[in-house]
Amino acid sequence: MTEYLAVLIFIFAGIGIVLFTFLLSRLLRPINPYHEKNINYECAENPIGTSWVKFNNRFYIFALIFVIFDVEVVFLFPWAVVFGQLGLYALVEMVIFIGILFFGIFYAWRKGALKWV
Amino acid sequence: MVEIIIAAGIKVIFVLAAVLTGCAYATYMERKVVGHLQHRIGPSYAGPYGLLQPIADAVKLMFKEDIVPDKVERATFALAPLVSFIPALLTFAVVPFGKDNTVFGYDVKMVLSDLNIGILFVFAITSLGVYGIVLAGWSSGSKYSLMGGIRSSAQMISYEVSYGLSIIGVLLIANTLSLRELVEQQASDSIWFFSNWFIFKQPLGCLLYVTCAIAETNRLPFDLPEAESELVAGYHTEYSSMRFAMFFIGEYANMIAVSAVGATLFCGGWQGPFVNEIPFIGIFWLALKVFVFMFVYIWLRGTLPRFRYDQLMNFGWKVLLPLALLNTMVTGLFVVMGWF
Amino acid sequence: MAEPGIVFWILAVVTVASAVMVVTLKNIFHCALALILCLFSVAGIYILLNAEFLAAAQVLIYVGAVAILMIFAIMLTSNLASKAIRQSNEQVMVGTVVSVLFCGGMLALIYLTDKAIVSEETGVAFWRQVRGTLPADNVASLGGYLMTKFMLPFEVVSVLLLAAMIGAIVLARKEKA
Repeated sequence: MTEYLAVLIFIFAGIGIVLFTFLLSRLLRPINPYHEKNINYECAENPIGTSWVKFNNRFYIFALIFVIFDVEVVFLFPWAVVFGQLGLYALVEMVIFIGILFFGIFYAWRKGALKWV
Repeated sequence: MVEIIIAAGIKVIFVLAAVLTGCAYATYMERKVVGHLQHRIGPSYAGPYGLLQPIADAVKLMFKEDIVPDKVERATFALAPLVSFIPALLTFAVVPFGKDNTVFGYDVKMVLSDLNIGILFVFAITSLGVYGIVLAGWSSGSKYSLMGGIRSSAQMISYEVSYGLSIIGVLLIANTLSLRELVEQQASDSIWFFSNWFIFKQPLGCLLYVTCAIAETNRLPFDLPEAESELVAGYHTEYSSMRFAMFFIGEYANMIAVSAVGATLFCGGWQGPFVNEIPFIGIFWLALKVFVFMFVYIWLRGTLPRFRYDQLMNFGWKVLLPLALLNTMVTGLFVVMGWF
Repeated sequence: MAEPGIVFWILAVVTVASAVMVVTLKNIFHCALALILCLFSVAGIYILLNAEFLAAAQVLIYVGAVAILMIFAIMLTSNLASKAIRQSNEQVMVGTVVSVLFCGGMLALIYLTDKAIVSEETGVAFWRQVRGTLPADNVASLGGYLMTKFMLPFEVVSVLLLAAMIGAIVLARKEKA
C-alpha cells in the first residue's frame, strides 16, 4: 500500500506545481480582456453558428470496436504473467480466444466497418 | 510511516525536477535537431548555443495574457490542461531509474513506486491521456477545437489497443508486470552488456511499440489532431499563456514517458556497463537511452510528412492490430518451444 | 493502520457524491464527467482492497474506454451536449420504486452472504469474513485461475465479445441506411 501512497504524493505534487505556475503567471501577466479579443477564433471572421457541427458517426463505431479489443488486451496481461508456468496449454487457450475475436475483426473488415470514408 | 512519506517525498521532488527539466530541454533539443535537419541552426541567441532558450520561453509564457474566450465552458476549460498534464507525469512514478542503493544508511529503491502491476499501471494511465484533449476540445466552444478533440481521441483509442498488444510479447518472455523485475531480467555481466535486451527477442514488438507510442503522443507523422494547416492547432486553439504551456509541457512529458518506458521494456532500462561498480550511473544510462528514443522521435518529425486521416485509421486497424496480434502469438509459440 | 480507513471514507464520499451528480446535473457532458470521477474512486477502493489488477482494469476499461464511448455518443449527437436537459420524466415514480427494490435486494444479498456462505472444504467465506492472506502476486494467481479452473467462462467471454462486436457493426450499418 505504501507504493500507492507514493503515487498519491506524486499526483498531489504534480497538481501543486501546475497550480503554482498558474498562480505565479496570474500575478505577473497583464489582464485586459475586451469583447473583440474574447471572440472565438474562426479564420479572422466572426464565428458562424454554434461549434456543434455534425460528425461522422464512424467515430462511434471505432470507439465500439475499441472497447471490445481493450477488454481483450486486459485479459492478455494475466495470461502473459502465468504463461511461463502453463506453457502450451495457455497458448492454445489464447489462440482460441484471439481466434474468435479475430473472426470479429475479419467480419468488421469485410463489412467495411474499418473503412474510413 | 513518517519515514516512508519523507523518502517518497524526496523521490517525488527528484523525479519531478528531472521530468520538468527534461521537458524544458526536450523542446530545446527538438528545435535544435529539426533546425539542423533543415540546414538551420535553431535557437542560438539566448545563452551559449541558445541553451537558455527554454527558460526564456517559460518566462515569456508566464508574462502572456491569459485569454479566455466568452464562449468557453470555464470550469472544464480550466480543468483540461491539468488533466492532460497529470497522466503524462504519472507514468514516471513506476519507471525505475537505477540499481537499488544504500544512501545514508537507508536502503533506497531507485523507483518512485514499485507496483506489482507496473506496466499495467502505465497502460491504464496512458488510456487517460485522451481526457485532456476531449475536455479541451469540448470546452473551447470552437469548431476547430472540437474537431481536433474528436479526431485526436479517435486516433488515440485506435492505437491504444496495438500499444497494449506490443507490450505483451515482452511480458510473455519475462512473466512479470513489475518494471523493476523487467529491468533486472535484462541484466548481463558479459562484455556484450546489451545481449539480454528484449529488443533482440522482440524486434517487431519494439517497432510496434515505437509506432504506437508516436501515435499515442500525437506526434508527426501522426499529429493530425494538431494539424496546424487544417485545424489551427486543434484542441488547444483557444488556449494561451500558461494553460497553453501546460498542454505543451504535457506533450513533451508524454514523449519522454513513452521513451522511458520503451527504454525500460526493450533496451534494458538503467542497465549498462559499470552499473554494479559505480552507484547512480543507472540514471545516466536511462537518460542516454531516453535521449536516443527522443532523437528518433524528432528525426521522424523532421523526415516524414503527415498522414491523411483515413490512412491513419486504416494503418492502425488493418496493419498494426493484426501485426501486434501475430507478434503475440508467434512470441508465445517461441516461448513454448523454448527458443528464447 | 488508520490511514486506509480515512482514505476509504474519502473515496466512499466521492463515489456517492459523484454518483448523485451523474443523475442530477443538467448538462449531460458534466454528467459523463461525474461518472468518470465515480468510476475512478471505485478504482481507488479496489486498490485499498489489494485488488490491483481489478483497479487497473477498471481504469483501463471503464474510465479509458466505456466512458470515452459515452462521451463520443454525446459529442456526436448534435444539440445535446451544450443544452440543459431534464433529468427526469413522467416515469419518475416507477423509477423510484424499482431503484428502492433493487437497493433493498442488494442490501439483503450482502447481509445474507455475509452471514451464510462459508464453504466447507476450503473454509473460504465471502465479503468481510475472508480469512487468510492474499497471494503476493495476485495478477499471477488470477491468470492461473483464468487459464485452468475458469477456462470455459474465459473462452465464452470471447464469444460474448464477438457477439457484441457483430451487434455493434450491424446496428451501426443500419443507422446509416
